Amino acid sequence: MSKALLEYLLRLGDTDVVLAQRLGEWVGHGPVLEEDIALANVGLDLLGQGRMWLSYAGEVEGKGRGEDDLAFLRDQHEFRNIQLVELPNVDFAVTMARQLYFDHAHLLLLRALVHSSDARIAEIAAKAAKEVTYHAERSADWVVRLGDGTEESHARMQQAIDRLWPYTGEMFALDDVESALVAAEVAADVGALREPWLRAIESVLAEATLVRPASEWMQGTRRGGGKQGVHTEHLGHLLAEMQFLQRAYPGAQW
Amino acid sequence: MTEWPLYEIFIRSQHGLAHKHVGSLHAPDAEMAVKNARDVYTRRNEGVSIWVVKSADIIASSPADRETLFDPAASKIYRHPTFFPMPEEVKHL
Repeated sequence: MSKALLEYLLRLGDTDVVLAQRLGEWVGHGPVLEEDIALANVGLDLLGQGRMWLSYAGEVEGKGRGEDDLAFLRDQHEFRNIQLVELPNVDFAVTMARQLYFDHAHLLLLRALVHSSDARIAEIAAKAAKEVTYHAERSADWVVRLGDGTEESHARMQQAIDRLWPYTGEMFALDDVESALVAAEVAADVGALREPWLRAIESVLAEATLVRPASEWMQGTRRGGGKQGVHTEHLGHLLAEMQFLQRAYPGAQW
Repeated sequence: MTEWPLYEIFIRSQHGLAHKHVGSLHAPDAEMAVKNARDVYTRRNEGVSIWVVKSADIIASSPADRETLFDPAASKIYRHPTFFPMPEEVKHL
């Protein structure tokens, strides 16, 4: 069970850390100063949450690895983040589409994890849910404004929504690792979260005058995806940048 | 890009105190201005409440009227309540 728990905590932690790294790429490149700060805030919230998950993962593993060892000294096949969060930012529309999809699923997941039989998980989830409630509001606000904005912003927002849609299935796919933990009431049953997520997304898209993609084909749900260590070609590049300092100067400290 | 309107931001630092002007920022509309203000001006626990007002909606006195408006008050010392001892427990006066 502790092996499954470790896997599960890495999925939660890696997803937060990798998305935080992606959002950090916007620093200094935001469309306006206010948005630059806001994206960094969201990224830092996720980084803080990722640290809590990875610290706990290190304790569960019991080999003396801490959050930094797990974040900076593992290779890409050892990362357990979902593929959606490792995809490139591309532009503001794609970044916001990714946040819309992820934030709402993230919020539902954390609200379910508050009831985990594992007290530590429940505690971290309760703390994180507050921050993520704001993330979800913010990304929905942006998608509505861009979707129901100018002709150009509408077209680009719709493209972004379509482009990332196939990566949303993984957020609700259960494998044996998670099913065992769901049975033990440690993990949340993400399969049950898809319906409420769809309703939330559909209501935002409707307000944004955008169309929900119809495709049912989902990336990484059949033969394994990011949660099983199968990643897109983008993760390696992201990690090369994120891990550079610890790889080049092992044990470097502030 | 068309420039977003400017908003003036007022933050109340704690209950019982008044909102205080802290600065300004750009936002596409009032609702986003509140969110931007949250992100720009309350990152370090500065506030419990935010007001935003479009800068264009503020009616300001003209610097040219300064003498007319404010100089007459200078000679009216009896308007200052400095002749009363203030009880120490009374805060924020």
